[in-house]
Amino acid sequence: MRCLAETFSNVVCTVCGCCCDNIEVTVEGRKVVKVKNGCAISMSKFMNYGEERIPTPLIRRKGELAEASYEEALREAASILKKAKYPLLYGWSLTSCEAIEVGVELTEAVGGVMDNTTTTCHGPTVLGEHDIGVSTCTLGEVRHRADLVVYWGCNPLHAHPNHMKRYTVLSKGRFRASRKDRKLVVVDVRRTDTAKVADFFLQVSTNEDYELLSALRVAVRGDEIEQDSVAGVPAEKIEELAEIMINCEFGILFFGLGLTMTPGKSRNIDLALSLVRDLNSKTKFLIMPMRGHFNVTGVNHVSAWETGYPYAVDLSRGYPRYNPGDTTAIDILLRGECDAALVAASDPVASFPAKACRHLAEIPLITIDPHYSATTLVSDVVFPSALTGIETCGTVYRMDGVVLESKKIVEPLGGVRSDVEILKDMLKLIRG
Amino acid sequence: MKTVWEGYSMGGIKVKLLTGRSLDQGKSKERGKLSEDYVKCVAVCEFNKEDLEAFKISPGQNVRVSTDFGSVVVRAAASTQQLPKATVFMPYGPWTGIVVNPETHGTGMPSLKGLEAEVSAAPSEKILSLKELVKQFAGR
Amino acid sequence: MREELIVRNGFVFDPLNGIDGEKMDVFIKDGKIVDKVGSKASVVESSGMIVMPGGVDIHSHIAGSKVNSGRVLRPEDHEKDYEVKTQITRSGVGHSIPSTYTAGYRYARMGYTTVFEPAVPPLKARHTHEELDATPIVDKACFPLLGNNWLVMEYLRDGKIEECAAYVAWVMNATKGYAVKIVDPGGVEAWGWGQHLRRLDDRVPHFEITPREIVRGLCKVNRLLRMPHTIHVHTNNLGFPGNYETTIETMDCVRDLASGDRPTIHITHVQFTGFAGTSWLNLGSGAPEISNYVNKHSHVTIDLGQIAFGDTTTMTADGPFQYLLHKLSGNKWINADVEAETGAGVVPFHYKKSNYVNAVQWGIGLELALLTKNPWQVCLTTDHPNGAPFTEYPRVISWLMSSKARARVLAKINKNARRRLHLPGIDREYTFNEIAVVTRAGTAKALNLKEKGHLGVGADADIAVFNLNPKEVDPSKNYRAVRKALKKSAYTIKDGRIISRNGEIVESSMGKTYWVNAKTSEDLMESVTSQLREKFEDYYTVQMENYIIGESFLKAPSRIEVSSEV
Repeated sequence: MRCLAETFSNVVCTVCGCCCDNIEVTVEGRKVVKVKNGCAISMSKFMNYGEERIPTPLIRRKGELAEASYEEALREAASILKKAKYPLLYGWSLTSCEAIEVGVELTEAVGGVMDNTTTTCHGPTVLGEHDIGVSTCTLGEVRHRADLVVYWGCNPLHAHPNHMKRYTVLSKGRFRASRKDRKLVVVDVRRTDTAKVADFFLQVSTNEDYELLSALRVAVRGDEIEQDSVAGVPAEKIEELAEIMINCEFGILFFGLGLTMTPGKSRNIDLALSLVRDLNSKTKFLIMPMRGHFNVTGVNHVSAWETGYPYAVDLSRGYPRYNPGDTTAIDILLRGECDAALVAASDPVASFPAKACRHLAEIPLITIDPHYSATTLVSDVVFPSALTGIETCGTVYRMDGVVLESKKIVEPLGGVRSDVEILKDMLKLIRG
Repeated sequence: MKTVWEGYSMGGIKVKLLTGRSLDQGKSKERGKLSEDYVKCVAVCEFNKEDLEAFKISPGQNVRVSTDFGSVVVRAAASTQQLPKATVFMPYGPWTGIVVNPETHGTGMPSLKGLEAEVSAAPSEKILSLKELVKQFAGR
Repeated sequence: MREELIVRNGFVFDPLNGIDGEKMDVFIKDGKIVDKVGSKASVVESSGMIVMPGGVDIHSHIAGSKVNSGRVLRPEDHEKDYEVKTQITRSGVGHSIPSTYTAGYRYARMGYTTVFEPAVPPLKARHTHEELDATPIVDKACFPLLGNNWLVMEYLRDGKIEECAAYVAWVMNATKGYAVKIVDPGGVEAWGWGQHLRRLDDRVPHFEITPREIVRGLCKVNRLLRMPHTIHVHTNNLGFPGNYETTIETMDCVRDLASGDRPTIHITHVQFTGFAGTSWLNLGSGAPEISNYVNKHSHVTIDLGQIAFGDTTTMTADGPFQYLLHKLSGNKWINADVEAETGAGVVPFHYKKSNYVNAVQWGIGLELALLTKNPWQVCLTTDHPNGAPFTEYPRVISWLMSSKARARVLAKINKNARRRLHLPGIDREYTFNEIAVVTRAGTAKALNLKEKGHLGVGADADIAVFNLNPKEVDPSKNYRAVRKALKKSAYTIKDGRIISRNGEIVESSMGKTYWVNAKTSEDLMESVTSQLREKFEDYYTVQMENYIIGESFLKAPSRIEVSSEV
């Protein structure tokens, strides 16, 4: 039987923080046959959404994951969470705000810690923002006004492929019509593909972004750099960059994990935020973190409005407590403090340091995910779920805080439930 | 065979290890993490051309990457992103999880970039699949 | 059928129905005020207590992008002020930027039942609605920001008032908004380039329009659309010495557009734009001049933006002002410009009694309230949290009702400020009736919320009962008793159900979100919509279809239909 093709337009892509919302997806039955306007990663997600799906709920019996009914899995999961004294509920960045809201309610009900992928991504950025604040904007402001775009410690052509085309140097803005109206600066330890198309590239020595940012602040302030070179960059070149920044009309600094993950971590961000703040006394300058997952910004927002804090929220005492380093997932796992975990919409075992993964594998672990993943391999209970933005709709937040409603374009494969449903059912059972 | 938990000096070449996203890693993770494709795109250590020559490692050959925190076998590849001298790059994934520094320094963020590492040719050693890798460190 | 209730024998203050402290019963059935109930009705015994309609807050920043940025900015704001979860309530945090559940509960505990979020960037309106829908109990609404909107400025520049009206109606629908909000007209667009606009007749760069033209244009549009509320304006020059002149100029620039004695403009948090003097050193109060103007002109309503001493957080859509405040105070700073529309800024701030400027500011707000004769033109706000957290309302009320309470503070503030203020010489004390006007009756009237702010038959059964006997307690002398009673209502009733008892939430609920569906003629709307479709991708980084919020996105929408003149 041939299925009629249906084309959905204005679909919101649910891959990275760009949340491009002009995607056109053609569907035949349950198969995606064509994707227009999506980048390579987006296309891969839409076209392959049916791959490696978990068909039924699973419960580990005698060391192996075996098929189970939804009700059995719910009972098992509820029992694990109820028994736990300090459960960790982690992930959340690859699902909708509606699901995350239930996640907060669930964490509060079981007295656990709710943390999300910010913890290994832009957590240091949040820490920097607590101290300095942030001078930022929505992406359209960059498109319309920016004549200087700086990418520092990130490689958008690989991780946010449509970023430059939709929002920055290759886009068409009201006051900047084309590429030649903008200057592109890249700062990185590698000469990445993004660096190759830059007008000005600074190769910084590994682990020395802090020093380079400090020197740049000195130059922006108008003082002399005493050294011949800093972080592998000649002083003259640093001063040149400072001049470029001061003399622009509207500059924006996008930064990524090159700054958050290297030694210095939140202190690197502290300097980057301060540099941009300093620049505002000379010109218009803004900064924006390149958020990786399509709704990590959403988790931060939901978590903040519901609990006051954007991640690493400890609700074990019945009220929100926040202390990164103490209430963050990796630290909790390294110290072996949590006695159960629920992972939703994330794959920490594929990205956490192995020592943290080991503890995750040792404790009772519930996972909610559309696909088989490294985390499902070590789980005790697994719930298959619907993909947000493809099989179920939901609110998502772009990296600049703009909110979009992702669409449902196919019925969920195998009739799997949405995260919202699964979490609500779990909560209901726990409340008894 | 020694377990991946023992980080030890093999007399390998000292390098700085970077980890991060790559386009292939991004595309393959959407195709499924249990696939062969994922291993191919993610269990990789990228070198710049000069280092490959100097270290006498050929692209496609298996190499062992070791840090104070763990040791893992992956496939060597030539970097398209022009690395600095004696610096290698591994895309995020469970293979990098073995070798990165879990220490968060009170920030919650482990140390995932700019690590001191050793690499050595390991032509006869096998790259573990995701399942095998997870079984080794997680015991299941 | 819902419960029947009698609020028995209280001293009722219902200014909209001319009731001034009369002892009477209030009858409730099915969530509304009725004129009688059956014998099985439950009784809320209110003898010796004050009964008022539930409070209506016309201007309080509780939900949306900049509010949440503020929460993230200030974990230290929440650390010491938290609420433990109960069987009925969710946990949360305060202090100046409470989490959403906490905000709803705290308002309800004080006897407030309706709160309006006054500044929403249309592009991010969805965020505001998500937060409003996580704010329990109170009914709510929000005001989309239009004073720096590219399409508005272009329509007005080209003299296309009717198209502008249709566009504004479209935005109101797309954002599920309630009223036209204007913040620093033209100035925030200039700030998009890091520039500042100071005068009403300065030209907005690239748009060839002036703040005066924006205010007048939107005032005309507002009238054409027959919007329930007037334009709600945060004037240019906020925070600058001498800016009281801008306030009066702004009020005056739409005087000719008034009809009858209906207001045409609401100036918000006037304290912040009521500065006299030429510098920080000789800052003074422009309240007498402003009040004098308001007393003579019925087309204006104002809200105070009263400050209270202590730690709080400033947050407005006035990006340029927030930057200047950051430079002045040295405090951390958030800036968030929004494409084609507006901006925002957040800066923590601590108002000190010993600080000359802060002390003068404290005086200005109170002078405005006390020198403006007609309480129906005055709304009590602290511009939460800019002047103070809304939990300070009982304190502000006590200052209005007691010159003794004011004197105690005057004795402690900066001496030079005290000398500069007119406040020491003002004896006037607000009555309970006047307080009821500036906190519920007048605010509901200004918003044209027909079912709020009063206890007449047909009104929503939103009621606050305060354990305070107006016959026995002299608010002038015993202002502490007033504060205590207002902090925690004896009962707060929402939609006919007892929600709070002696400051404890006993039942949670979800309120309605009001929005205005302004309808123009089909032809006009179609023409404007198709113009919009052509321009949308050029202006915005989202698709037009995705910009629009459907009514089903809101948990409990309450649509108010108005049909315009065009």
